Amino acid sequence: MITSSLIPCGQFKTSYAADNTIFPTPVSRAFAIGGVALLIAGPLFLNNYHLNLLIQIGYLGVAALGLNILVGFTGQISLGHAGFFGFGAFMSAYLNNNYGVPVALSIPLAAVFTIIPGLIFGIPAGRLKGLYLAIATFASQFILEDFFARADWFSGGSSGAMANPINLFGYELSGDRGYFYFVLFCTVIAYVLGANLMRSRDGRAFVAVRDHYLSAEVMGVNLAKYRILSFGLSSFFAGLGGALYGHYLGFVSAEGFTILLSIQFLGMIIIGGLGSVMGTLMGTAFMVLLPETMEAAVSVVKAMAETDVAWLTNGLAYIKQASIGLAIILFLIFEPDGLVHRWKLIKSYWKFYPFSY
Amino acid sequence: MSGSLFLQLLVNGLIVGMLYGVVAMCFVLIYKSTQVVNFAQGEFLLIGAWTCWWLVVDAGLPFWFGFPLTFLFMLAFGVALQMVVLRPLIGEPIISVIMVTIGLSIFFQAITKWIFGADVEPFPEIFPVKSVDIFGLQVQPAYLMSLVVSIAIMIGFAWFFKYSRMGLAMRATAFNQQVAQSLGISVKAVFATAWAISAMVSALAGVVVGMVNGVSGALSFFGIKVFPAVIVGGLDSIVGAIVGGLIIGVLENMAEYVDGQWLQIGNLYTVAPFYVLIVILMVKPYGLFGTKKIERV
Repeated sequence: MITSSLIPCGQFKTSYAADNTIFPTPVSRAFAIGGVALLIAGPLFLNNYHLNLLIQIGYLGVAALGLNILVGFTGQISLGHAGFFGFGAFMSAYLNNNYGVPVALSIPLAAVFTIIPGLIFGIPAGRLKGLYLAIATFASQFILEDFFARADWFSGGSSGAMANPINLFGYELSGDRGYFYFVLFCTVIAYVLGANLMRSRDGRAFVAVRDHYLSAEVMGVNLAKYRILSFGLSSFFAGLGGALYGHYLGFVSAEGFTILLSIQFLGMIIIGGLGSVMGTLMGTAFMVLLPETMEAAVSVVKAMAETDVAWLTNGLAYIKQASIGLAIILFLIFEPDGLVHRWKLIKSYWKFYPFSY
Repeated sequence: MSGSLFLQLLVNGLIVGMLYGVVAMCFVLIYKSTQVVNFAQGEFLLIGAWTCWWLVVDAGLPFWFGFPLTFLFMLAFGVALQMVVLRPLIGEPIISVIMVTIGLSIFFQAITKWIFGADVEPFPEIFPVKSVDIFGLQVQPAYLMSLVVSIAIMIGFAWFFKYSRMGLAMRATAFNQQVAQSLGISVKAVFATAWAISAMVSALAGVVVGMVNGVSGALSFFGIKVFPAVIVGGLDSIVGAIVGGLIIGVLENMAEYVDGQWLQIGNLYTVAPFYVLIVILMVKPYGLFGTKKIERV
């Protein structure tokens, strides 16, 4: 395995605790901390467009992490993640608008409340596997979508709900700059939680359920409990991401949480790498940047073309959607282990240079 | 008045359900012989309908010539799809296979919308009359034709699997791929045939629906409605698929009737099948007619 050979010389682990740290080497930990520090300094030299992209990567990344816990670690399939994402967004707006809960508190509260629909739709998962589960979650997506459009008391129905900006200690975080720090804070917390989960007893149980559920059950892992628990956890992260999304946009509408978003979430974790916390972030960044790249490419072609390219510019929305589908297909055929695997190959290439192995 | 509305919806349900049944049958055909869950089934309808529409309206071919040409195209399309996209994924985990068909589905949806636009385009009139009167009920002739075509397809399927050489080979492959291969059946050919047949028959359904409602991206919703039908019937039962399709078709229209008469919630038509689906899966995890898998360690 490439992973094991990547640990540099002189790194001797003398205890299980040392072997189970989140970062395998001090250098990798320094890189992660340095990366966060760089992001903290980000608003000083980034414009609003780039901040907007980073915020998107943040809240989508939190939700995608939840899906990766479910799909990548526990081996369950969910085609209804956007439903939970939307539930979090509406819940936070609902708590804030109707009960006056401050937004900074309503966001984590919404994440906690999103566990409830996650557990309800997770109940079939206690008995279902693979295909049947995929179809059951597919149904949950449509049911939740319909619920958002219909429940006027909760989501404002077809007209949607307003979501107020965050107010922290009397200081309103309305601009991209302020909100960026809040999203960064939540994202870092979520990722530390996610990485920590995988070192815990429950995290190992999830992986055991994925790898061979019959053996796991023989070893004393309560299958139904862990499958449903995994759904609950995944919807917690989805709710957190959704709430962040809602208060960023300032307006939540049922049209934002279609099956296409669920597919995009799945695309993120597949492109990033199933069962990899770091890969989730890479895949999210890929999925956010792909449509932007398409847009840039189309505008370049438009600037260079001598003839009329209205057929191209008018089809931009479809080009974006098609590129997402195509990216998923190509990754599954040519790089099923995702970006994280590619990244490992690149790293090992430099480590072993000039030898190829 | 309410009684005749009830009857009208019941007939509508049966006719639409028959179409669901046909599409579900195509879905089950692919699942049974290649173990692939095809989330792009609805896009087959979409592509078939658009191809036929393009041949008849834009290229100006007569319908009797454009229609078989559509079939030919879908045959090539199904085989190409299986060879290029699905073959490299044989043996991959189930999530990869599901995701690849989902990827195909959104890809084709976007591409067809890009090429043909997002608006509904009506088919040219093929039947002279708008609707026929049967026992006091108004039924569109295209629906009537679809009923005949559906039944013909089902009989054709039954014959194919029971008596034809290829059909037998397919059943053998569905039973056990390795054993089938060792008996000299070309599993590759079986896979390609399954996709080709499924694509062609779905395209037929797509053209029929397109004649009545016009061709648009909404056609791909048929592919989504297939799931409740298939779950009701069990994923690997062809007869179950037809029964499931009928049940879902009737259920949808009954939900609309109940909703319109008493509940006034709205939109039950589209969501009711999914509630039924969840309930069935909670009670019977393998559907009503599906094979129960016994697992040994």
